[in-house]
Amino acid sequence: MRSLILAVLLACFGLHAQCDTVAQIATAHAADIAKPSRQSIGPVIADLAASGDPMAAKLLEAWGNKALGQRKADKAFFLLAPDPAGYALTDLTGASAGTAAKSDISELKPNAGVRGLIASALVQFTLSDPDPVRRADALTSIAQDPKAESLAPLRAAIDSETDPALKAQKQRLERLLTLRFDTDPAARIAAIDSFGSDLGLDLRAALNPLLATSRIATQDDGAGLNIARVLHPGRDLTAVEAYDLLVTTGAAPARLTHDDQKKALAAQITDGKVGGIAVADLTDQAARDRAYTALEAAGAVPTAATDDEVTAAIAAHHFYEAYAEPDASVTAAAQAALAKISRVVGAMQVADLTLDGLSLAAIYFLAAIGLAITFGVMGVINMAHGEFITMGAYTGYVVQQIVPGYTASLIVAFPLAFALTFGAGVALERLVIRHLYKRPLETLLATFGISIALQQLFKNIFGTQARPLTSPPWLDGALTLNDVVSISYIRIAIFGLALLFLGFFLYLMNRTRLGLEVRAVTQNPAMAASMGINPDRINMLTFGLGSGIAGIAGVAIGLFAKVTSELGTDYIVQSFMTVVVGGVGNIWGALAGATMIGGFQKAIEWLNPSNTLAAQTYMILFIILFIQFRPRGIIALKGRAAGD
Amino acid sequence: MTHSSPRFPAPSQAKTSQHILRPRKMARIPATVGMLAALAILTLAVTLLSPAFGMGEMSTSFVKTLGKTLCLCLAALAMDIVWGYTGILSLGHMAFFAIGGYMIGQWLMYARTQEIVVQALASGPIPATADEVAQGVATQIFGVVGGSDMPMIWGFAHSLPLQLVLVVAVPGILALIFGWLAFRSRVTGVYLSILTQAMTLALSLYLFQNDSGLRGNNGLSGLQNLPALGDVSQDLVSIWFFWASALALGLVYLGLSWGISGKFGSVLRAIRDDEARVRFLGYPVEVYKLFVFTLTAVICGLAGVLYYPQAGIINPAELAPIASIYLAVWVAIGGRGRLYGAVIGAAFVSLLSSWFTGGRAPSVNLGVYTIDWVDWWQVLLGLSFVAVTLLAPKGIGGLFDRLTGQRPPNRKGAPLGPNEGALQEQEAVE
Amino acid sequence: MKLTRRMLLTGGAAAFVAPLLTRPVFASEETIKIGVLHSLSGTMAISETTLKDTMLMLIDAQNAKGGVLGKKLEAVVVDPASDWPLFAEKARELLTVDKVAVMFGCWTSVSRKSVLPVIEELNGLLFYPVQYEGEESSKNVFYTGAAPNQQAIPATDYYLNELGIQKFALLGTDYVYPRTTNNILEAYLISKGIAKEDIFVNYTPFGHSDWSKIVSDVVALGADGKKVGVLSTINGDANIGFYKELAAAGVKADTLPVCAFSVGEEELSGLDTSNLVGHLAAWNYFESADTAENKAWIDQWHAYTKNDKRTTNDPMEAHYIGFNMWVNAVTAAGTVDVDAVSDAMIGQKFPNLTGTVAEMLPNHHLTKPVLIGEIRADGQFDIISQTDPVPGDAWTDYLPESAVLESDWKDLKCGMYNKETKTCVQLKSNY
Repeated sequence: MRSLILAVLLACFGLHAQCDTVAQIATAHAADIAKPSRQSIGPVIADLAASGDPMAAKLLEAWGNKALGQRKADKAFFLLAPDPAGYALTDLTGASAGTAAKSDISELKPNAGVRGLIASALVQFTLSDPDPVRRADALTSIAQDPKAESLAPLRAAIDSETDPALKAQKQRLERLLTLRFDTDPAARIAAIDSFGSDLGLDLRAALNPLLATSRIATQDDGAGLNIARVLHPGRDLTAVEAYDLLVTTGAAPARLTHDDQKKALAAQITDGKVGGIAVADLTDQAARDRAYTALEAAGAVPTAATDDEVTAAIAAHHFYEAYAEPDASVTAAAQAALAKISRVVGAMQVADLTLDGLSLAAIYFLAAIGLAITFGVMGVINMAHGEFITMGAYTGYVVQQIVPGYTASLIVAFPLAFALTFGAGVALERLVIRHLYKRPLETLLATFGISIALQQLFKNIFGTQARPLTSPPWLDGALTLNDVVSISYIRIAIFGLALLFLGFFLYLMNRTRLGLEVRAVTQNPAMAASMGINPDRINMLTFGLGSGIAGIAGVAIGLFAKVTSELGTDYIVQSFMTVVVGGVGNIWGALAGATMIGGFQKAIEWLNPSNTLAAQTYMILFIILFIQFRPRGIIALKGRAAGD
Repeated sequence: MTHSSPRFPAPSQAKTSQHILRPRKMARIPATVGMLAALAILTLAVTLLSPAFGMGEMSTSFVKTLGKTLCLCLAALAMDIVWGYTGILSLGHMAFFAIGGYMIGQWLMYARTQEIVVQALASGPIPATADEVAQGVATQIFGVVGGSDMPMIWGFAHSLPLQLVLVVAVPGILALIFGWLAFRSRVTGVYLSILTQAMTLALSLYLFQNDSGLRGNNGLSGLQNLPALGDVSQDLVSIWFFWASALALGLVYLGLSWGISGKFGSVLRAIRDDEARVRFLGYPVEVYKLFVFTLTAVICGLAGVLYYPQAGIINPAELAPIASIYLAVWVAIGGRGRLYGAVIGAAFVSLLSSWFTGGRAPSVNLGVYTIDWVDWWQVLLGLSFVAVTLLAPKGIGGLFDRLTGQRPPNRKGAPLGPNEGALQEQEAVE
Repeated sequence: MKLTRRMLLTGGAAAFVAPLLTRPVFASEETIKIGVLHSLSGTMAISETTLKDTMLMLIDAQNAKGGVLGKKLEAVVVDPASDWPLFAEKARELLTVDKVAVMFGCWTSVSRKSVLPVIEELNGLLFYPVQYEGEESSKNVFYTGAAPNQQAIPATDYYLNELGIQKFALLGTDYVYPRTTNNILEAYLISKGIAKEDIFVNYTPFGHSDWSKIVSDVVALGADGKKVGVLSTINGDANIGFYKELAAAGVKADTLPVCAFSVGEEELSGLDTSNLVGHLAAWNYFESADTAENKAWIDQWHAYTKNDKRTTNDPMEAHYIGFNMWVNAVTAAGTVDVDAVSDAMIGQKFPNLTGTVAEMLPNHHLTKPVLIGEIRADGQFDIISQTDPVPGDAWTDYLPESAVLESDWKDLKCGMYNKETKTCVQLKSNY
């Protein structure tokens, strides 16, 4: 610590004639401080940091936290703290300066770039600060903006570190800085090797710049360059690229483009002719070339690079890809380390993609599971199913408006969403679907009518704008295995919910009286009725159940996506596809369908990362083709259960 | 399929079904004549009121609206054949409608842009090469969506005849392939409906891509301006298109009502009501279905060709699944299984919708709450589907039955056949 | 997914009343009619209804001041229902049936492109208030929103200069505004020395909700040690899922800033912003602007809507400037004739709400200051950068085919003038 202060003082006396107080510096640079730009504020921050004034750190900290203000009347700077009267002011000597109304003070809001500079300047004060939070902040700041100058203070701060986690972090950071900025190649290579096949993004971020290359064309053999590879024109780079490289380095004249040619010709029109060719005949490229050649011969236009000249120029040069890093042993070590890492990263990316696919499958499954009951088991096609999902999501939103606390509101919202959509489902079954059991196409149209009516009703009630449905804090963030594989907790929760429903469904259908009756009624209502089962009641309950599950799914989906009146519409076609592809009448089918659709969609996205829209189109085409080969879905019911 | 003339009744038809057919035939002739007469009167009236040829009491935009409505009626006719007569509830026919629009739109845009580009380049000191013109057209058309290259699918856009061939060929071939795949593997009923819906969703998602070659979300626009006729006023253009739409509707109506009045129509209705039985009687059911599916797709494509130059712009939202569902709803509300039902349903619902959503329908003040139809019309429409399906399966057609004194057959509550698409007892006419 | 309701809305509103009867005239005295062409239903209703209200408020206020040229103003409000063909139809109706003097309207680019041929044919006048992709200048349109050089380019400069970003992720919804803007930005970044490999571009559908892969792709961009920044042209609802995923992935503004061009105060109200503090947006106006004009404007808005919570936004300011300029131009011209007003519009000056003065340029675009804001926990923005007013550029300088073009309706009388060949390429617009 003492050496640090000494260094600061030395810098202070070494670089400047006299060492000003913070207040003096601030007054001298008032305009810059009030409207800072990252590109010009550096020296001011350095002056402040080097001033040796104990207020420097406080001022910088306040400035970085947007707690520095300027009094409008006299442009004086103050540290601000909230106060009932507006702000409590502290002047730059550290003395309290009373309070001021909010309107008298303009708050200074340095941008993130300037805040980054301030944070780096604060590093020297906070790297050994007693408060571990500040020490951690200092480390974050160094990690975000690694600089050679940070290496020495960081090394000095390692031994005194008491917190084991921070110590480990400091050591890792020290190695990362060493491999980039140390002057001794051996130390750098040792630092590189010490990481092994570590997956950290920060490590790759440190290694990759060492391997940054640029293309170089020289007439000699490239001595003195740290050459990554030799480029052979025609094989490693096209002749056009090679020539363009020569043009950009100024080693060769530019080629003649068609546009330039046309302009040159237009400038040379005399008596309706150019180079002896009538203007009206210049309607094809060959004629223009002839005209230009004639003008070239006459010396009227500059000679442009012909193909022969291009070939000669390329042949006269050597082309290299050269590292910016001059030391070959370092680049070799970095390359070896990165090769090792990239193998692991590749495997991890596949794992990450698999997780993404599974998570998407879980979402599709959750959206489709209610449908697997109403459509799959009962055979009722309910186009308003999507609106039941929306209804669930809006229930979640309304509950969050009333019940304080995100966790408590969710606990209320799930059963309430179930109850509401169960009720809506029962009403729909009683009023509409019951009359249409033998007429599936009419059911489709009637429920579609319900769907647009409900959708418009939601718009009338909640507006077309998305409504917030916020997940509780314990579902924030992501489970991060390493810097490649991570999945957000909310998706894990949805995955868990999907599994829970799967278990519930299996239990219900196979282990309960209701399940038995449902299966009996769907297979043969007349026979079931003669056994004393009331098919009306069973149909009503089953439909309500399917709808209720949709409501719960709606709350879950609303937590990670948007809550709008069109939420359900986005999932309805996909949900029907899930059930149809998987195989009607079987929950495992819906699961298989969801897994397949989710997995394939992610796979297509992976193959074509820049266009997500195409993935959906290809997915649907795939489904249409798939149904050709397995018209009854992946898991088809066999025998009598399959019905007709 | 045996190629006996459709006018002769099939030998396999039982006596009872002939008994059912005869009064229907009698009832249909006045319907066809009546419909054509109504169309003629409408055309005359619109012409007389139009700004171009008449008193100008009717605005150009309303002439366009009526012309577009006729095109929608045409699409509804096709839907009635495929659903009302053959029992295939296709939820993808508006995709064919839009494809027709895209095909004609390509030519309209290309030709109009080419004119502009040629004119612009002609002012330069040096005449343009063909390449420069083509590049100029591409830059103009695709510059709007951030591109500059002409995609392959615009290869025929320079020629009206070729593009008109595509108007028929593209929806036709797409329907043929899709129908062949679907009917071959005996996908029927709701499964087919969902599959057709997936088809139109896939197409619309594809076209929504900016790089689809058809300008993505922006679609093709400025279609109301006809190439080479840039100076002709829209008053005139609108009435031309109205005539063309009326003529197309009349001809197709005549053709279809002739087609379905004979044996061919009987086979279609039989497939609708009891497909298995028709198959066992030796008819190639799949061929019939495929033919109808493809034919109606082509009719929809033609309707789109006439529609979009009147609308002025086409974009992928036109292919959204909901559009095709509305088509089915029009037919249902008009009364399916009768051609005039489709026309009336389409005209009635689409005009009524535009009136309600246009902001000019009077609001209903309930004291505590004012019902603004812009907000509530969708709710009313949705509930009215349910009401029609449950309470009045004949739709508006039922009114005509009452006027002509026709009654449903007495099937003791049973539908005409076991198929999902079969007519219900209440829907049919004796 | 945007679903059209064209099928339902085909007909003109005049369907059952208008064609045979001329529209009933309610006002006994002569009025000047102003068409308001904003969707009041459908997907765009939420954004556009606010603008309709803004127009009605401005017209009311002007009438309270005595109208224009001694006549009262009368708003004719129509509903194109977020349906693009219907925009053209309603515009034709406004111009031929209602005979409006001027129209204020449209939001999406495709709706503007739908209206363009109609107003150019009938010589109408449209004020378009939304930031857009440029590459257009119609004689009949005044663009009061930002062109790319008034929003996207300054934000990119901010990234390059202030945040030191070396690698860019351009994420957008797959339609014309993001596509064109990103093309321009790509060309601009390359001209600033950013390698093509360091620009990652991705497009997603409208309303996209599954963002996990894209967010992790963007995070992985940092692997080569360059500082990564996101420029987002993601539109509408899709932003909700995107920001939720960003928050879940723990993406902090310090390490991976996201700057949005389509996210304002209204969009943020569908979100819990506490996890998003520090991410950015670039606009020409923020509600948090600290000026007397802005305070008066917000108060007027709250009083008119009788709701203290209604936010104000950038397109509202555009209508505020556009409407006032139109009033001044009409007063100067002494007539509402489109050509005379258009001529008088050029050169009009009016104070904007952020403390500077907007000027209408000969290319029918405004001068606008560019503001960059950081998201606060309360859903508002901290303005951290404000430039002097930047003149709007109809044709970008960063795409080769546009760089040679210029728009000048004052001297050259041409919206698409080739500076090299010195010819007017065409008088009508591309659509």
